[in-house]
Amino acid sequence: MESQAMRVDGNALAGTLGEIFVPEMTMARVACGGCGKTEPIGAEYAYMRAPGFVLRCCHCEEVLFVLAQAGSSHVLGIGRARSLEVSESP
Amino acid sequence: MTRISRGFRGKRAKEREEARLPPGQYLVDDFPVLSAGPTPHTALEEWTFSIDGDIGTLRSWSWEEFRALPSEEIRADIHCVTKWSKLDTTWEGISIDTLLDGIEHDATHVMAFSDGDYTANVPLEDLLDGKAWVAFSYDGQPLEAEHGGPARLLVPHLYFWKSAKWVRGLRLLDHDEPGFWESYGYHIYGDPWREQRYWGD
Amino acid sequence: MARAAVLGRLIWTLGEVVELIDETARVRSILLDVPDWPGHRAGQHVDVRLTAEDGYQAQRSFSIASPPEDRRLVLTVERLADGEVSPYLVGELRAGDMLELRGPIGGYFVWESSRQEPLLLVAGGSGIVPLMSMLRHRAASTTASGARLVYSSRSWEDIIYREELEQLSAAAGGPQVIHTLTRTQPPAWTGYARRVDGAILAETAWPPSADPVAFVCGPTPFVESVASALVLLGYPVPRVKTERFGPTGG
Repeated sequence: MESQAMRVDGNALAGTLGEIFVPEMTMARVACGGCGKTEPIGAEYAYMRAPGFVLRCCHCEEVLFVLAQAGSSHVLGIGRARSLEVSESP
Repeated sequence: MTRISRGFRGKRAKEREEARLPPGQYLVDDFPVLSAGPTPHTALEEWTFSIDGDIGTLRSWSWEEFRALPSEEIRADIHCVTKWSKLDTTWEGISIDTLLDGIEHDATHVMAFSDGDYTANVPLEDLLDGKAWVAFSYDGQPLEAEHGGPARLLVPHLYFWKSAKWVRGLRLLDHDEPGFWESYGYHIYGDPWREQRYWGD
Repeated sequence: MARAAVLGRLIWTLGEVVELIDETARVRSILLDVPDWPGHRAGQHVDVRLTAEDGYQAQRSFSIASPPEDRRLVLTVERLADGEVSPYLVGELRAGDMLELRGPIGGYFVWESSRQEPLLLVAGGSGIVPLMSMLRHRAASTTASGARLVYSSRSWEDIIYREELEQLSAAAGGPQVIHTLTRTQPPAWTGYARRVDGAILAETAWPPSADPVAFVCGPTPFVESVASALVLLGYPVPRVKTERFGPTGG
């Protein structure tokens, strides 16, 4: 099967992001350093079948960040995400 | 603290074959596809494989030239850092010894690079003396794109993330530096027998 | 209200399987009692983690089928032939078993009945699950705006929640439910008999001028095809919310 068929929405990362961040992160807005577009994490592409989880820009497919669960630690690798804006929950 | 789920066995084909499984691994029947991004598709007419050094490309092959090189059949056990292992996988590929034959260099390490901006670093000696190949066929068939075709690196004695899919070349280095997963917490060397999955292992 | 409402970290908790309901030949609903469940919003999911006796673990996400109004948490799971977790949940799991889960999760793919605009739901197979939570929530609320569901299934027998959808659509103010059956159709079937495409959506979706919001859920190729078609029809991209289930649907 094509890897594109394996991609899911950033929503799928919500549980694991919840192990690192306290606020709900799927509505956090991430700006891509590749193409400049900003989207909520929930709208970006997530690849979950890998050693780690990869969030890619849904416009240009650049790696925004990588969430690797390295043993009992989480490593949040910053790819080309330029900024992350987290608002107060409604 | 996790709770045992009554009756759950998971996808394992059978119980551990003690001697052949590195610590923490489970056997699988199928060949899981793991991917960190969309599957690249490079037309064979445009595909090249190159050995690069400091000063530039030292050697390069087109697909036809590459496939004209002497190849070998390989049978290997492979071990993924996500804990699945597959025994007796069969491949056909070209030995790294063949690809580096006659190239003068003083490299100690290699960065394999792929379509889709994926990289994996390996010490040079782990690629020599019959330990590594660039494989273009799996289980008697041309390597499928989802498994890294047309060609992938094959380094079975290290965790399988080092066997870079969609490989396009090797960059010769005089020092070690982390590739894609190694930059994100995965072990710089990755020996499954010492369970070197992550930084600090 | 418990932890999660106070922005606590998500933690793994145990739910007790209370009842199992066979929805179709391959699909089962699991009713769970989860102590201290903090409540959820329609469209959210939980992560489920299974642990074998030797410590092997597998984890998957499942959409919540029950509406926020229900005391019991309901997950509806389709058994995938080559799945690892779903055959356990839709085969082995029994009433009285405990299931480890974490949630509720997800703020991006949620719908609240306080929203005013017309609602379009497009489901492929088991993608109906989070949308059913939305429809059940809508039925339990007083809402003036219309709702339409376009639901793709392989056959009449594969339609999950078929009878409940009939009841919902028959009720005053209920959603309009449009089925398409892609593999086999019952005799005298006059409905759609192909995959959801631009033409079906042109005939069934709210017009963009109504400023609707759309939720699309199912296997990734289905979601991407439908989302593209809606955007081509004139739906602004931020008004099309997607939940891709991956290659096999969950």
